[in-house]
Amino acid sequence: MSVTLVQAVTMALARAMEQDDRVLLLGQDIGVNGGVFRATDGLLKKFGDRRVLDTPISESAIVGSSIGMAARGLCPVAEIQFMGFLYAGLDQLLSHAGRLRSRTRGRLSCPMVIRTPFGGGIRAPEHHADSLESILAHSPGIRVVIPSSPSRAYGLLLSAIQDPDPVVFMEPIRLYRGSKEPVNDDGGVLPLDTCFVLREGRDITLVTWGSCVVEVSEAADQLEEEGISAEIIDVASISRLDMDTIFGSVERTGRCVIIHEAPLTSGFGAEIAARLADEGLLSLRAPVKRVGGFDTAYPLYRLENHYLPTTHRILEACRTVLDFE
Amino acid sequence: MKTVASFKIQYTQFLDQEGKEVRPFPPEITDAQLAEYYRDMVFCRVFDKKAVALQRTGRISTYAPLIGQEAVDVGIAHAMQRDDVFLPYYRNTGTQILRGVSLVETLLYFGGDERGTAFKEACQDFPTQINLSTQTPHAVGVAMAMKLQGEPHVAVTTVGDGACSKGDFYEAMNLAGVWGAPVLFIAMNNQWAISVPYESQTAAETLAQKAIAAGIGSEQVDGNDVVAVYDGVDRALALIREGKGPYLIELKTYRLGDHTTADNASRYRPDKEVSEAWKRDPIARLRAYLSARDLWTKDQEEKLLTEMDQRIEAAVEQYLAIEAPRPAGMVEHLFAELPPDLEVQREILDGM
Repeated sequence: MSVTLVQAVTMALARAMEQDDRVLLLGQDIGVNGGVFRATDGLLKKFGDRRVLDTPISESAIVGSSIGMAARGLCPVAEIQFMGFLYAGLDQLLSHAGRLRSRTRGRLSCPMVIRTPFGGGIRAPEHHADSLESILAHSPGIRVVIPSSPSRAYGLLLSAIQDPDPVVFMEPIRLYRGSKEPVNDDGGVLPLDTCFVLREGRDITLVTWGSCVVEVSEAADQLEEEGISAEIIDVASISRLDMDTIFGSVERTGRCVIIHEAPLTSGFGAEIAARLADEGLLSLRAPVKRVGGFDTAYPLYRLENHYLPTTHRILEACRTVLDFE
Repeated sequence: MKTVASFKIQYTQFLDQEGKEVRPFPPEITDAQLAEYYRDMVFCRVFDKKAVALQRTGRISTYAPLIGQEAVDVGIAHAMQRDDVFLPYYRNTGTQILRGVSLVETLLYFGGDERGTAFKEACQDFPTQINLSTQTPHAVGVAMAMKLQGEPHVAVTTVGDGACSKGDFYEAMNLAGVWGAPVLFIAMNNQWAISVPYESQTAAETLAQKAIAAGIGSEQVDGNDVVAVYDGVDRALALIREGKGPYLIELKTYRLGDHTTADNASRYRPDKEVSEAWKRDPIARLRAYLSARDLWTKDQEEKLLTEMDQRIEAAVEQYLAIEAPRPAGMVEHLFAELPPDLEVQREILDGM
């Protein structure tokens, strides 16, 4: 069946709930309304109100109560309506979800998932477009996973739910209904610790995640017309980062551009660039370039297309790297 | 105009500060139990003094003394059942020990050693919570999990008066109210949040009334009267087990010591207030009652103190003899399985 990314999320949730009675959903408007993006559409009807729990508007308590449920034998999957609202739950996520196992020498643990739509590009109001992956990646004890297609959303979400530790599952808003592809609802999982090579190439490695795969693919198409073969790597698992795949690619291409929509400075691209400088220096034939959002608050939507990495900005960075001698 | 809602907060006390029975004790409280409460309160005080002394001599680090709050710790521990889950703040060392956390584990924790959080007994209880009120949403989650899985237990969480100003406390009570979660919130009102007195913390007359806005039941109890603490917590737990929870109890007590061993309360707290508070000492109060009824003698007191000293000294010796923690221990419990990057760091730590 051909489905959108958000439909693939719904399919994965339903599959996980069928497979395991301990899995339950909680969040704002996820019940009758099926979530503001309809990611939980129909699940209340299918699984009942003991498995699909509407909550008050209370991000800290949503994350905090998920910790308690997880420590006591359930596998909660909580929805935070927009990632910009997760700031109110960050104390619970970073100080507690990521640390409970360590703080009890493994006695208690948090097999929980926080799902949240992130990023911009849909003309949403203020605070609806933030990308917090680098903050989360800097915090011990949690995994950060970002799918960029319906099939990866399905397989990665199932893995996230089965993982014994907390996972933040960041769903790219702009890709929710961006395209469809066939997804088999067969319970097949995808690994949480590998990058996905979306396109193989010889001349330059483009490393990205989330919605930026769209512009990165356009940039690669453009380069191909010019006779340049670009490899595209979707990092997907920000934490744990699979540097081996990135090193392997850069060994062949010698050139790398990293693209993400979060602000550039201290963005997760900096970590990848640092690792390349540290362990991949001799493979590099040019400096690593990063293309990110600007170092500012995410703008109101009239300017969001200027904020987000455009195909043009990505191509400019690629040309600087390709022209370097 | 008409009144659409109104509230009142009840206050319970059985023993006044002179140790006089101001209302008849609940029938289930026997003399033997009273003696046990007394012994446990004395134990808490002796351990507490020892812990402060160990800090002063550099053998543990920052410790939060519970002196003055022994009735709270003991009343809660006795009212709770073994299979209930306790999610404490940092000044409930007494309750934790009475629920099965060992003295050695307690000393290890305050001695900066993470192995002290392993809790071989009390293994479903949450660890000591240092940052404030964050454990209250955890308690709602634990309670909800128990309810959904058909377990007849209650999650019991404690916070100080300062923590009742925090959002998590309100969010947790509100969520618990909506979900009907079997959770008991206990607010330890010891009047001081480090240097900030109650009246600078909130304009509310009681902490108990903070439950009103969440639509859950609450009351205030004399936290220096161990009978009242036991009775209040016991009644609340019974109510919650019947499916009529959640509930909030405010235990009104007084922190006779410093906030922690890193604090000096004489900087902000008048001596006269502290000496007045000593007149409400929970231990002296119960001893006065027991002595008046010939249920406790001087001999028994001396024997008890010797016994406690021996037990605590033995634990201290055992604690001091434990080998230093391995550096690699800091990463080994972060995930169910150590990821490759952390394995590299673990090896570096192992070589230190």
